[in-house]
Amino acid sequence: MQMPIPNPSVLANKHRIVRRLSAVLPKGSVLDDLMETRAYECDALTAYRCAPLAVVLPASTKEVAAVLRICFEEGVPVIPRGSGTSLAGGALPTADSVVLGVAKMNDVIEVDYENRFIRVQSGRTNLSVSGAVEADGFFYAPDPSSQLACAIAGNIAMNSGGAHCLKYGVTTNNLLGVTMVMMDGEIVEFGGAHLDAGGLDLLGIICGSEGQLGVVTEATLRILRKPEGARPVLIGFDDNEVAGACVSEIIKAGVLPVAIEFMDRPCIRATEAFAGAGYPDCEALLIIEVEGSPQEIDAQLARITEIARAHNPVELRESKSDEESARIWLGRKSAFGAMGQINDYMCLDGTIPVSQLPLVLRRISEMSAEYGLDVGNVFHAGDGNMHPLILFDANKPGDLEKCEAFGADILRLCVEVGGCLTGEHGVGIEKRDLMIDQYAPDDLNIQMAVKDVFDPKWLLNPAKVFPLASSETRRSV
Amino acid sequence: MKPENEAELAQMVANANAALQVVGGGSRRIGLPQDCDHLNTSLLSGITLYEPGALTLVAQAGTSVSEIEKALESEGQRLAFEPADHRALMQTKGMPTIGGIVATNTSGPRRISVGACRDFLLGVRFVDGMGRVLKNGGRVMKNVTGYDLVKLMAGSYGTLGVLSEVSLKVLPIAERAATVTIAGLTDVQAVRVMSAALGSPYDVTGAAHSQVGDSAQALTMLRLEGFEGSVTYRAQKLRELLAPFGSLDIVTDDTKVQAMWRRVRDVEGFAAKTGNVWKISVKPSDAPELVARLGADEVMYDWGGGLIWALAPTEIDLRAVMAGTAGHATLVRGEGFAKFHPEPAAVAALSAGIRQKFDPRGFLNPGLMG
Repeated sequence: MQMPIPNPSVLANKHRIVRRLSAVLPKGSVLDDLMETRAYECDALTAYRCAPLAVVLPASTKEVAAVLRICFEEGVPVIPRGSGTSLAGGALPTADSVVLGVAKMNDVIEVDYENRFIRVQSGRTNLSVSGAVEADGFFYAPDPSSQLACAIAGNIAMNSGGAHCLKYGVTTNNLLGVTMVMMDGEIVEFGGAHLDAGGLDLLGIICGSEGQLGVVTEATLRILRKPEGARPVLIGFDDNEVAGACVSEIIKAGVLPVAIEFMDRPCIRATEAFAGAGYPDCEALLIIEVEGSPQEIDAQLARITEIARAHNPVELRESKSDEESARIWLGRKSAFGAMGQINDYMCLDGTIPVSQLPLVLRRISEMSAEYGLDVGNVFHAGDGNMHPLILFDANKPGDLEKCEAFGADILRLCVEVGGCLTGEHGVGIEKRDLMIDQYAPDDLNIQMAVKDVFDPKWLLNPAKVFPLASSETRRSV
Repeated sequence: MKPENEAELAQMVANANAALQVVGGGSRRIGLPQDCDHLNTSLLSGITLYEPGALTLVAQAGTSVSEIEKALESEGQRLAFEPADHRALMQTKGMPTIGGIVATNTSGPRRISVGACRDFLLGVRFVDGMGRVLKNGGRVMKNVTGYDLVKLMAGSYGTLGVLSEVSLKVLPIAERAATVTIAGLTDVQAVRVMSAALGSPYDVTGAAHSQVGDSAQALTMLRLEGFEGSVTYRAQKLRELLAPFGSLDIVTDDTKVQAMWRRVRDVEGFAAKTGNVWKISVKPSDAPELVARLGADEVMYDWGGGLIWALAPTEIDLRAVMAGTAGHATLVRGEGFAKFHPEPAAVAALSAGIRQKFDPRGFLNPGLMG
């Protein structure tokens, strides 16, 4: 993975920069020793790592502003970091960069049930946002798989989704406002507890900008009342195409489940061996979850199973209790762990139009044979967001490169059939160089022009999202 | 100027040597009435793709909303954000277009539950102020590939580019709808009732409070939608939950329910009355107190109190009254004040910077947004 050559003058001024940062932050908030910065060398895309110039851990918006002002003056690139769970390398540093971690900023600032929002510092983890309102029957809807660890800051940067976004939307649909520090240290408020923008929807573009426009330090998030209950049904098919048709018909019938998860045979086998959830050995498995009161759940599941039965499922298991629900979800939730037991894996995140599912699965399996690498598919079927897991051996020379080439081919296929490179993980460095497959030069230029406005010196997370060749003239200003 | 396709649109913008007023169906008066060429997108028309099983529809920007709604209805689906028809309110003719809906980010009462127009917008194609054809997003529901210019284009009132094609997420039409009503509440009580209902697990998809007809009696309305048994169940549950606030009536006649919410959506109550029409977005619990000092002739609350429609004498600047309350006011009908709420300096500078990148010559609806 190519990264820009570190700025030699920044490297040469390391001592001064660290001294200046230390002067504006409490003791222990600036790390520059190689041993101390090790944990920040990479995120969850562990194949790539680099020691940063320093790491700063500010505890307030004002401290973030002070740090950014110094970095702005010194011309130091800044890598904003939430919890470092990015699968796309969104928080990968360069040697001349300061990693700005928001982990210390995890307070709840305000909870307002009457107006249904919570305001938190951005380092707070996703799950603990829901945790803060759970006792009162509320929750925060976006639920990325990493929700135990991932921070709201990273969720906003990547516009994270989750399994339940078919009904509740992704981060951008649940974000009401942010406090953001600009690269020059200015603190700016966008949105708030009210709805919609009064002018241009800048909040809409901040969400998903991968830490390239500013550092979000506080966020106002929409909270919802928890439904009375939820229950899944598990349906197995001996044909992917039939499973896809079943999903499409359920959606057409007017039922809107909160989640429709799909697993293919390799994934079913792996999770069965690992977790023993009692899944049938079949070609395709759907887990469909609905919400409401017990009677409402029964009524919805009745409609779903009626449609499913018309497609001759090899298995149909409706949950009748919390215990059965947990068992149905067990395999899906351990899918990544199960694949990880077999070998190293790379998790992709392309989205396709749901109608293209059979074609895409067939092509993936053909490519799997060509590359000689196994792949399992887990998939948010309701919204077309795929998660192919390609297995490879990191210790085998050339295997990572082969896996990356295979992954890139799958993502190009997603674009080719009318989809996109990434549905919820973000571009980061991982998909940066594929952006030209989805966007024409002018399309990328106008996006980069937005960064020009927010961060004219291109110091914030500069080597991400856009192909290095496309952004080069801007970064070298 | 009436381009017949995107390429022609691009050429017309590229060749322009003066400001353009961008017009869709002309029903919303998006551009400021001023002495410049009109660029009318109504011939960019037609549904390009509709996949009911994937909940997605792609249409050219000039496609009429009614054509889209008809196509969706035949598959039992709809634009869930409930686009308003403001022709009566604005005293305009013409055919509302999907491009106009997107350009103004127009959403109706269901916005409080499912989100705004911008939340259903999956992708856009547009021509920027230099005549470049650009695209962002796509036709799939989850897409974080690059910056989300889709959200930026929604509600940009044609100042960043002229939309040529939009792709939208659609949803099933609910099998049944019912309205739970309570009469005679004060504004403060009404917002409390709406908050309690919206904060309940019963999936309220509309929460409005207004005066009705000449009786000037306040009516608070809560909408429930879904399968028949579920609507009945939830109506009963709401009745129990809200019993302390008064006695509830349940309207189940479909025609009546539709008419009630169309009245809210289209702000029908203000259509025949004179005065400026303002749309104010605030935190719901701030709304009653703000309304008390607005000096408006009449108001209607939507979005659980978070949206105030105000009919006010033409000389009153509601924004001056709003000072100190977080939120914003848009002058939807009337003259004499800026259409949009002034932004804090830092935000205004960023918006101006973006406008400068998208439309360096300042030709697209100049002066409209700042």
